[in-house]
Amino acid sequence: MTLPIDKKKISIVCFSGDFDKMVAAFTIATGAAATNREVTIFFTFWGLNALKKNKGRVATGKSILAKTFNFLMGGLNNLPLSRLNFFGASSKLMTMMMKKHNVATLPELVEAAHALGVRIVACEMAMRILEVEKSDMIEEVEDVVGVATFLNDSEDAHIIFI
Amino acid sequence: MKHFLDITRETCPMTFVKVKLQLAKMNDGEQLEVLLNKGEPLDNVPRSCEEQGYEVLSNEPTDNDKHLILIKK
Repeated sequence: MTLPIDKKKISIVCFSGDFDKMVAAFTIATGAAATNREVTIFFTFWGLNALKKNKGRVATGKSILAKTFNFLMGGLNNLPLSRLNFFGASSKLMTMMMKKHNVATLPELVEAAHALGVRIVACEMAMRILEVEKSDMIEEVEDVVGVATFLNDSEDAHIIFI
Repeated sequence: MKHFLDITRETCPMTFVKVKLQLAKMNDGEQLEVLLNKGEPLDNVPRSCEEQGYEVLSNEPTDNDKHLILIKK
């Protein structure tokens, strides 16, 4: 009898809210999930913007500062390019170039990640700072966790920081 | 029942993703024929299917420099 082999695990810390880095995170996540790995993405700080239910600019939060930050950062549709952002125009242009070359766009990668069962968790501490509630985020957010839980869950995983 | 998937216009990672999602929809014992390009898809799609316990029944080059693989779920 052969013992079942445990699935390989990958945990991605998605810290950056940059468009191109988010594409990298979701490319690794979907590629890993499609090749039979168990994948968790832990979204923290700027990365949380990708999880907001409202993908545009909304003044989420209670305090003026949190509202201002959340409004200025926006959601998945407002992620800036890490270089040559040109006031937000570049991510739109990059999406056009991706479509032209049959490369999956960021929304397509996000959808694929959900379909493949990539586990999405959000950082409790960053949510508290930015006054983002679980109800402000997409329903695919499985859990709100702290670093200890994340590390426990990732004990036998490769951890990638993006 | 035999299903067909053309991933020659897809790029990484959607090549694997589409195969994986299609296989997930199928019943055990059903077959999936995949048309793919040489290089990364040909090197990795059959291998990752085998790693997941699926059987690659055939892997044949086509006339137009692509490959046709047959996978059994």
